[in-house]
Formats: sequence, structure tokens, C-alpha cells
Amino acid sequence: MSMAEREKVAHLLRRATFGPTAEEVDEAERAGYQATVDRLVNPPGADGAPAAPVLANLNKDQQIQRITDWWLDRMVATAHQFPEKLVFFWHGHWATSVEKVDSAPLMMQQQNVFRQLGRGDFAPFVKAMLRDPALVLWLDGQRNTKRAPNENLARELMELFTIGIGNYTEADVQQGAKALTGWTVNRGNGTVKLEPSRFDSGEKTILGQKGKFDADGYTDLLMAQPATVKFLADRLWFRFASGERPAPEVVDRMSKAYGANRDLNALTAAMLRDPAFPATRGQLVKQPTEWAVGAMRQLGIRPSSFNDADRKALRDGLNGMDQLLFHPPSVGGWPDGGAWLTTSSVQVRLRVAELLVSKAAAPAIEKLNAAPEQGRMEALARLLVVDMWTQRTRQALSEQAKDARRLLALGLISPEYCVH
Amino acid sequence: MDSITRRKFLVTSGVTGAGALAAGMTAYSVNDILATAGERTETTGPDSKTLVMITLYGGNDSLNMIVPFADSAYHDARPELAYKDTEVLKVSDSVGLNPAMKGMHRLYGEKRMAIVRSVGYPKADRSHFRSMDIWHTANPNQPGNTGWLGRWLDTVGGDPRMAVSFETVLPPLLAGALSAGAVVGQNGVRLPKNLPLKTVSALGQAAAGESILQARAAACFADLANVDTFIRDVRENDEAQAGQAQARATGTGGGSALNNQLSLVAQCIEAKVATRAFSVSLGGFDTHADEKAPHQGLLGILDRSVTAFLDRVSKTEQGKNVVVAIYSEFGRRVRANASDGTDHGAAADVMLLGHSLNGGLYGEAPNLKKLDDGDVKYSTDFRDIYATLSEKVLNADPARVVDGWKGRLNGLFA
Repeated sequence: MSMAEREKVAHLLRRATFGPTAEEVDEAERAGYQATVDRLVNPPGADGAPAAPVLANLNKDQQIQRITDWWLDRMVATAHQFPEKLVFFWHGHWATSVEKVDSAPLMMQQQNVFRQLGRGDFAPFVKAMLRDPALVLWLDGQRNTKRAPNENLARELMELFTIGIGNYTEADVQQGAKALTGWTVNRGNGTVKLEPSRFDSGEKTILGQKGKFDADGYTDLLMAQPATVKFLADRLWFRFASGERPAPEVVDRMSKAYGANRDLNALTAAMLRDPAFPATRGQLVKQPTEWAVGAMRQLGIRPSSFNDADRKALRDGLNGMDQLLFHPPSVGGWPDGGAWLTTSSVQVRLRVAELLVSKAAAPAIEKLNAAPEQGRMEALARLLVVDMWTQRTRQALSEQAKDARRLLALGLISPEYCVH
Repeated sequence: MDSITRRKFLVTSGVTGAGALAAGMTAYSVNDILATAGERTETTGPDSKTLVMITLYGGNDSLNMIVPFADSAYHDARPELAYKDTEVLKVSDSVGLNPAMKGMHRLYGEKRMAIVRSVGYPKADRSHFRSMDIWHTANPNQPGNTGWLGRWLDTVGGDPRMAVSFETVLPPLLAGALSAGAVVGQNGVRLPKNLPLKTVSALGQAAAGESILQARAAACFADLANVDTFIRDVRENDEAQAGQAQARATGTGGGSALNNQLSLVAQCIEAKVATRAFSVSLGGFDTHADEKAPHQGLLGILDRSVTAFLDRVSKTEQGKNVVVAIYSEFGRRVRANASDGTDHGAAADVMLLGHSLNGGLYGEAPNLKKLDDGDVKYSTDFRDIYATLSEKVLNADPARVVDGWKGRLNGLFA
């Protein structure tokens, strides 16, 4: 197999996982691109991931820290990397913050919806999300009643979650809000209920259709819009492939895979298999979570083995880079691309890199030390799955090649590692 | 503009679009800005003005900020949310400020605050993201990929230090076609313990054959050589307060520590830096339910931060030439929803503050009996304000900055 083939599967794994190890790239190279996509999309065997965290006997803040630590650990440990990355994608898509929801159990409940429905038919997924207590609280759905509708949820449902701006009118927002009236949330047991007296059962006109729509009827209308799959394809491409919009033919191919059954698994597989996908190298900045989790996978460490102070340092670091899990800054989702590349984020990245490298497992260090000094940059590239160093970075880092941990930290902050 | 194109906006906005800018226009430290200290007097004259744009993210409920307390339509539409005449800080026999705005009430009394009523644009858009893009780009028809202050920056040579943001991400209003403002992080540059500075800075050099994003990633290292703890002491406890007030809002962007951002602006102004335009922001205004108390909390943060800032810079000559403009992407619906909140609205009031302007009320008060689909109709186009700021504060021809917009806000400046 040629070098180009290895780089192709390495690119696939960098995007479809949280950051591959050299051994995972070796294996993918042997299996070939298409078989690797199959395994990513439908991973065989058990995921080997840690079970859900126990939240009893913790106060609210501790619970939120616990689920954050747990999820980071799970991202590192799970063998089912692509499904986990999709959970992370849906977290950014439905962009719900615990700041307002104010409950770790409800955030976990929402995540379970992503896990159970995020790779199937989009319609039941959306219907479940409209009954998800965290999303309903985040967008004030429980305050939306027949007497005076609250438009927050209906607007973002169309603008950010399903069809995208430009594909609906203000009247659709107001009418759509009526279809979503009547839901109440029981925070105690994490359930929602439709109160008939609060629901507007009258006729609505949404997206040109007349009917006595409720949440499910409204969802079905949205699912019938050709804009929906285009919007989803756009969003997925944006996070997995490139900051540049996908070409129309890419969207067409992805739409065909999604098909009449609204198959999200087929949609994502089509994205990874698309002929345009391998050409997107260098067009994404690793999100801080992807960067840190990938580094931990490659260094052979897990947050669950950290002491409390180091776990806090990791959370603080991610927060300092503007990506603390369960706390998206906006209902529009996480920042992206060049927005992550600021002087202030680089400083935090440096500190987190030092923290992670100080914990690096012996095998990772030994692999570097085993290489002759003039071959250390190649060993570093293999360990961190970087295709190629620029002359600049090669020169700067070579001077530090004697100290394996220092070299690793510099590798983690290098432009070649942070952009992929 | 949806959130995808909105992000693409940042990428194509000249920040990374032009080759020269691939070298990281946005990666500046406060030191780089302060390195221009004293340049102001030399380059643009001692009387040149400085603009500070404060963006309120989330849609500020203008009617509960500049309260039409004598209008029965206001009380009828939002009985639970409305402020009574005994609660507001009156500026006329029909208009009062939110009770949290004591500092601004004083500034209004000193004729240093102008309130422009019912500002907006044709065919109000009620999406946070698109409406904010319209305000940033000053183009309601087709928000393009340049911000109005970015276009101004293009006309004055494109030095990023002329237009500075203390937010974490480049705000679109500072993105020009050829250049972009500098984004200065709030953290002082702190170096890692064990990594050699020389090696880390060496990563900041440009390398052949890099993708645009990789070149930007490299450029971020260029500033690390300027080690300083300049801003380490600036942090104050505003952040915690803001966090509390925002806890009940749906996030729609914007910063939290307004006080910190304005402290940095004040330090720059005191040092007579070359910067002519600053962008700062406060988020958390997207409250759709039980919004009266958190909204008042946010206005309190705004009031204290802005008042402290103006009082501080006013002690210097150059500070007397500072003009602050405060706006949001839209106001809220006049009628409350059933959750004691308000949904997205249209026109809203814009506040302008500074020693050099003529305080008072401008434009037409919101007419709550003649609404636009339930929302306040605009009577002053926001481009009138931009064109006036462009001409009178930045001394720039609005032709290129605001696409030749002819309207002006008359009487604001002598």
C-alpha cells in the first residue's frame, strides 16, 4: 500500500475518531478504506467504555463535574469511536447548556437520546428531542401555552435543528410555536407531559400546510421538507470534513443515502465515503475536546486515573479554551475553525499539553526514546499521527529531541497537530 | 445567514482570506496594542475621537430599559413585566430608565447620554444570528462578509491595532475585505513552566505549503515572546454576577466580563494607543421566561461597567473624546408571553454616551398602538447612526463604510 493510502486512512481516522493511535492507523491500513468506514459506522463487539456515572450523594456542582469527567474518560476509552463522536456532534447540534438546565441527570438523559436515536431515523429522534426535558427547559418549551405561545423552541427547531434559516417565515415560527404548546416538565423525575388545557388544539398553517398540528405533526412537516437533509448534510460536513461548504453534488450523494427512511447512519457513512472527503485535509481546526481526548488516547492515559486536582486542571483547561462539555456558549453550537486560533487559547493549550505529557504512559515515552535522536521527529509523527512536519516545526522541535516529554508537549501544541 | 455561513464569514472575511492576513491578524497581545502608546497624538491629532461599540447579544428588551411608563399600552401589554412610574429613573414626563441604571441616569442628567428611540431596519429579521449579522455588516438586504468597522479599517490602511476586540473570537463587525481588527485575549501571556520560549516562539514562523488554518495556528505563537502580566490584575468579580444573571437565558453569544473588557479599553485609552475603535460585548439577553429580574441584573452590570469606564477615562483629555455606542440585534415583543418573558422583537433604542456628544432623546418614541406584527416599528434606520459615527467619530467618509448611506442623526455632535 502506498504512502498516500496510509495518509488517506489516517485522515479518515483523525476525523471519524477522537484521535487515532498509530496502531489503529496500522490496522486501518491493512483493512483498507472502505472496510474501515464499515467498522467505524457499525463497530463490532463491545465498546469497552465505562458505565454511566453514579451521581448519588453528590451536590449539583459535583454531579456536573462528574458527568464531564466521565464523558471525557468515555471518549478516550470507547472502542466505538465514531458513534461516540456523533454523540459529541449531536451535543453541539442541539447545543443545550447545563447553565440553564441546571441538572446533571437531565443532561445525561438528553445524551441517552443522542446515543439511542442519533444513528437511526431522524424523525423519531426529533420527536424525542421535543420531549426531552433538558431541551424543553433550555428553550422555554414548558412556558409555551395556548394562552400566549413562547416562540423560542419553535424558532430554533427550524433555524438551528432541522431546516435552516431562509426555509421558513416568521408566520411559520408563530404557528409552529402553537403546535408545540402544552408541554410541562417534571424536573424531579425527568419526564414531560402534554397538558391538554395548555395545548392549542386549533388549526395552524405551517410551511404552507393547514392542519391541527401537534409536536409530532409539526415534526412530520419538517421531515417532509427537502431542506432538512441538505441542512443535516451541511452541518455534518462542517464538523467532520471542512469549514468550506460541501459542493452540491456531495450534498446530493449524501441526500440519496439518507433516503426516504431518513437514515442518519447511512448519511454519515456516505459522508465518510464521499470522493470529496479525502481532499479535506487541513481544513478543520481540532476542537479543544477533540484535541485533548486525541492526545490522551495517543499518550495512553485516561482521565479516570487522574487525581481530583488534575481532573480539575483538565476541565479548567478545556473551559479556558472555550469548550467545556455540557456548556455550549450558544444555542448555535460551539465555535469553529479560525475562531479557536487565538493567542489566549494557545497559552491554555500549552498548559494542558504539559499536564497531559506529565502523565504520559511509559510505552509512549519509550517509543520516542527507542528512536535514534535524528529519527525522533518521525517517531513523534507516528505517535501523534501527523502526516508531515513543516521545515519550521522540524527545526524548532529537533533542538528539543533529547527530552521525550518536552518533545511530546511541543508536538501537541504544534500547528501541524492542531489543524487536521 | 445561517450559522454555517456565519462561521464561513469569519474564515472568508479577510481574517484568513487574504494572503497577508493568513499570518494571523487576530493574534495580538495587549502589549502590541500598548506598543502604539502615544501614537494617537502623532498620527491623528489630539482631538481625534475613539469609538467603543458595546454589543448586547440575545435581543435586549429595550422597552424595559428605556421605559415608556406613562403609556397605558405598555402596561396593558405586559402587566407582570412592566415597571411602574414610581420604580423608574425618570428622564422626562413619559420616559424613565430601568431602576438598575442609576449611573447612566446621572450621565443623562449631565447631558452625556443620548438615547435614540426605535432604531431598526426595514423588514425586521427575528433570528438572533441573522439580525446580528445585519447589524455587524450594516447590510439588511444581504449581509455580506465584511463588517462596517472592518470596511472602515480597510480605508485607513488596515493596521489591525486600529480596531481592537477584547472578546475571545473575532466579531464580524471588525472583519474587513482586506484586513481585520485584532482580537486580544484577556489572559496575560503566561508561559509554560518547562518549555523553552525560543522553541515555542519559533513555531510562530510562517512555513511554506501550509493550509490557511495551519498558518493561522502558527501565527498564534508569534506573540508569546512578549511576556507580560499586564492584565492579570484586571479580573474582577463581575464575571460571577454575570454568570448568575445569565443562567436563565438561552445562550446566543457575547461575552460575560464586560467590566474586564472595558477596563482593558480604559488602559489602552489612558496610554493613548493608536486604536480608534474598540468592540466589547455582553451576552445573556435571550430571556424568554421570568425575565424581569435577570434582565434588570444584566442592565445593572451594563450600567456599572459603562459608568465606571466613562468616569475613569474622563479624567484624561483623550478620554473626553470617547464615544460609547450600545446596541442589540433586536428588541423584544411588546406583549409578554405567558411565561413572564418576551419573544424576539424588532426595533429598539440605541444608547450613545460620551463627553463630546449632546445628550438627550433623539428620534420618535415607540408607538405601541401602531405595531409591526406585534413589535415596535423602526423610525430611525441604524445606518443613520453608523454614518454619523463614521463621519463625526472616525472622521471617515460613510461612502465606503456604510455604502454611501445618506441619513444622519442630526444634532448629536456640535
